[in-house]
Amino acid sequence: MGSEEVKVIGSCVSPFAARTMIAFNIKCIEYELIEENILNKSDLLLKSNPIYKKIPVLIHGQRPICESLVILQYIDEVWASGPPILPSDPYDRAIARFWAAYIDDKFFAVQVAILKAGGEEGQKAAAVEKATQVLVVLEDAFTKCSKGRKFFGGDRIGYLDIALGSFLLWVRVIHKMCGVSLIYECKTPKLFQWAQHFSADAAVQDVLPETDKLLEFAQVFVAKLRKPSG
Amino acid sequence: MAEELKLFRTWSSRYSLRVVNALKIKGLEYETILEDLQNKSASLLEYNPTHKKVPVLVHNGKPICESLLILEYIDETWKQHPLLPQDPYLKAMARFWAKFGDDKVLPSIWSVFISQGQEQEEAIALAAGNLKFLEELLKGKKFFGGETIGYLDLAFGWMANLISILEEIVDLKLVDRKIFPLLSEWMNSFSDDPVIKECWPPRNKMVEKFKAMREPYLKELHETEVMQFSLSS
Repeated sequence: MGSEEVKVIGSCVSPFAARTMIAFNIKCIEYELIEENILNKSDLLLKSNPIYKKIPVLIHGQRPICESLVILQYIDEVWASGPPILPSDPYDRAIARFWAAYIDDKFFAVQVAILKAGGEEGQKAAAVEKATQVLVVLEDAFTKCSKGRKFFGGDRIGYLDIALGSFLLWVRVIHKMCGVSLIYECKTPKLFQWAQHFSADAAVQDVLPETDKLLEFAQVFVAKLRKPSG
Repeated sequence: MAEELKLFRTWSSRYSLRVVNALKIKGLEYETILEDLQNKSASLLEYNPTHKKVPVLVHNGKPICESLLILEYIDETWKQHPLLPQDPYLKAMARFWAKFGDDKVLPSIWSVFISQGQEQEEAIALAAGNLKFLEELLKGKKFFGGETIGYLDLAFGWMANLISILEEIVDLKLVDRKIFPLLSEWMNSFSDDPVIKECWPPRNKMVEKFKAMREPYLKELHETEVMQFSLSS
């Protein structure tokens, strides 16, 4: 099963797509990246993910799998002989899944809120405060999960590192566009260090593009966000 | 060491019911701690400080939160009567559809329940669209899990109980047998299963509870109508 054709409909601007690409790097699996323009969705994407119409979509031997966290677990299970992504202990797996779901539920939304706020200082401050609260919670989760080691997953990056680390790209964009540092040393020292280790990891290096490359897209994306609807 | 299992839940929580059913299917003994969500216990807040919600399963002192994650934990810890498929693709599909159920199906059904008039018409169309996906999933199968109840059946299980209650209160048919024959049949098969049957919360209490939950939305609509009437006259 592991030898069938592997394609990823994704984009270097998407943290969710980055998760899939990092996972394949960890497993040393070759895949074809079908670059998607999320501002002008392709027929292939709409056909492969009719429910959510979003990236990433993993197409493995003609079968599409959607939702980045579902995809991560699928990759881990299909290419089980490669380095593991999820922990082996059921309790540790439950904890990793819990925090990954928390990150998707809370962290993504506040990042969007910060970008959307733009010059509205009150709104921006409120969103930044929320983001900080989330990160303080995650700092504590990191202490418990890492048990003194470099990553949430221990000595190597794992599921939860990928779930949070994929957002580092947008953390940097927010820093450049909004002048806000979300992960900083005095507030969340462990996450600050973790972020540096994560970004330097071989599986991550060529997946997260340079911040400047993302800025052009980010500006268009943010303009759309701030446009009043209707 | 003897296994110690505790489940923090409420009498009616559809998320808690998933775990109750899973533990029953696996034949596991556990202690129930019934929570009053208006007055949460110190233990619940200690075991689930992040969300402060039920259900929480505590296994030998270690808490696991979020019902679908609890199902996976139970399945990975106790191997008898597997809930999730072995095949990674089928497992991925089960996880995907379970999330779809919580993210899309449930909110769309809830919208039908709390809305009226034109808004309700639109909500019905959206809910029906979502339910069509589930109808498709059941093609050639008795349960979402195949021949026996599995993870996805437990994830959707709230429908087999709650939909008829909501239908009764709003006097509307959401899952029409003519339009959703497979889903209707599934709801019966699931409800009739001896494991599931004995765990249902009392129906009359549920009707009472959900009628009360609907009240504020009816009141809001009535006030809007009164205002519109007085503006136009």
